[in-house]
Amino acid sequence: MSMRKVSMRKLALGAVVATSAWGLAFADGPKLGKPISPSDLSAWDINVLPDGTNLPPGSGKAADGAKIFAEKCALCHGDNGKGGIAGELIGGPPKASLDGGKTIANFWPASTTLFDYIRRAMPYNAPRSLSDQEVYALTAYLLAANKLIGEGEEIDAKSLPKVQMPNRDNFIIRFPDRI
Amino acid sequence: MPSRIGRFEIEQVAGNGLLDRRALLGRGVVLAGAVGAGAVGATTGAAAEPLKDGPWSLEVGDAIPPYQRPSGFEKAVVRTVDNPKNEPRNSRARTPHHLLKGIITPNGLHFTICHGGVPDIDPAQHKLVIHGMVKQPLAFTLEDLERYPMVSRIGFVECGGNSAPLFSNEPIQANVQALHGLASCSEWTGVLLSTLLEEAGVDPKAKWIIAEGADSPHLIRSVPLAKVADDAMVAMYQNGERIQPGQGYPMRLWLPGYEGNMNVKFLRRVQVTDQPALTYYEARTYSQILPNGKAYRFYFLQEVKSFITSPSPGLTLKEPGIYEITGVAYAGTGRIAKVLVSADGAKSWAEAALQEPRLPKAFTRFRMPWRWDGQPAILQSRAWDEAGNMQPTREQFVAARGQTSKPPSVLGFPSQHFNSITSWAVDGKGEVRHVYA
Repeated sequence: MSMRKVSMRKLALGAVVATSAWGLAFADGPKLGKPISPSDLSAWDINVLPDGTNLPPGSGKAADGAKIFAEKCALCHGDNGKGGIAGELIGGPPKASLDGGKTIANFWPASTTLFDYIRRAMPYNAPRSLSDQEVYALTAYLLAANKLIGEGEEIDAKSLPKVQMPNRDNFIIRFPDRI
Repeated sequence: MPSRIGRFEIEQVAGNGLLDRRALLGRGVVLAGAVGAGAVGATTGAAAEPLKDGPWSLEVGDAIPPYQRPSGFEKAVVRTVDNPKNEPRNSRARTPHHLLKGIITPNGLHFTICHGGVPDIDPAQHKLVIHGMVKQPLAFTLEDLERYPMVSRIGFVECGGNSAPLFSNEPIQANVQALHGLASCSEWTGVLLSTLLEEAGVDPKAKWIIAEGADSPHLIRSVPLAKVADDAMVAMYQNGERIQPGQGYPMRLWLPGYEGNMNVKFLRRVQVTDQPALTYYEARTYSQILPNGKAYRFYFLQEVKSFITSPSPGLTLKEPGIYEITGVAYAGTGRIAKVLVSADGAKSWAEAALQEPRLPKAFTRFRMPWRWDGQPAILQSRAWDEAGNMQPTREQFVAARGQTSKPPSVLGFPSQHFNSITSWAVDGKGEVRHVYA
């Protein structure tokens, strides 16, 4: 049995003493982790999965997002998302290449990534300052401006994961045996 | 033709003056002596001058500082930083490989990339939370983790975008620091993540973790649980001291041999899931466009690679004679098995000496004695890992992975996971340039 299999079994069965790939046998830790409740976790529990898991309540439309974008995003991403000191978010070439040009419309495989990334990382100088409502509105604005949804469409926890990104099927898992 | 070094003749083992590596191993003293006082000095150098004491030998030196820094004469041995004014964009610092020897990168010279500046984290307030598909979500402090069984391991971290300038259709003129400076090697010490996951109790249906940092972009990456079970570490120490702020102080995820960006710094949260998150960095940035228009996802592995650190651009050879060609080789798959070196642009190759220790997923230092005859030469290295994987030639690599249609900025990232051969051309003046050969 390979070391990796031993370790996997350890994770599954919770054996007291395990042998790791490090070639060392070691005892369990002193078990000092403190239980934490979902409500105490909630401020950090922000990962959104591609199937929509963990999207929060709320909704937004492109028109509202356009106003927020002009106020909080255009400084770096340019008017109408055409690019500035930060990358372009709207438009761009029809296809990305090694010369550049990965865009939301031609490359991003999952619509949920937009919501997740804006909420955790943007605006650059004030991350986590946007309300979930504002993040939904900005997501709707960027999807609509890239013609991936209609102008008036409302984006929420139900509708966002259903948005079909054009490039979604163009990815190859590099080393499937490592997953 | 044998090459005469001092009293000994060293066999030439490949074209353009590559000498038998055993000159470095079995008869290393002989060769070292020859370089210092024999062949080069005696035949081309002027006579040594009479000795005298330097001023430092005639006065008391400085007080010993609490934290020693390199000699003031070593000012050039620094990282290059591409965002010194901390403008609102990514910041990178690159390792000066051409000025380092050995396999351990000094902590202050380890490469780093930050996506929202370097956070100033108070370790007493930092927490690591494990939740998601576990029996009991848990929070750990740094003080808690200090009491856990620790492991130490030497290994490299390499940005997936290291060497990206070599995706250029024409060789970009830059030194090894600019081309390959986003890889470094340290001893890392910490707690195995599997120990902490086991304490929380992983749901058997779980397949992934999503790791998150406490930096301003709250950077997250998805990592297969299989890698966590294998060798993932919550690293707290780097070469014996607490890890540097740029390396993720007070703790980082370390995934030996895997793409640098996955080694989430400032680690504060691990969510156990049954699916990857398709985060910005994995779904967009670290997905590599292929010539057929498709793109790789979840590349993860830093494949077998090597490059010559000396001679290299900027390190001009002053005169014909004996030199040591040296560099680093490494593979995310395991140990380096073999490194071949060529001095004639791949017409002939000879096996380099591999310096021990030769550790899995760590830098291995290789050395090759070389007599430069003053004529143009093209230096290359090519590494094999123990599984038999080898560095592809440029032709093979470009066929599989593509190249740009026009040269990009040396700071650009046309794609990632470049592991082909690097070629340095030495001209008749001893100057070294980057070429494709």
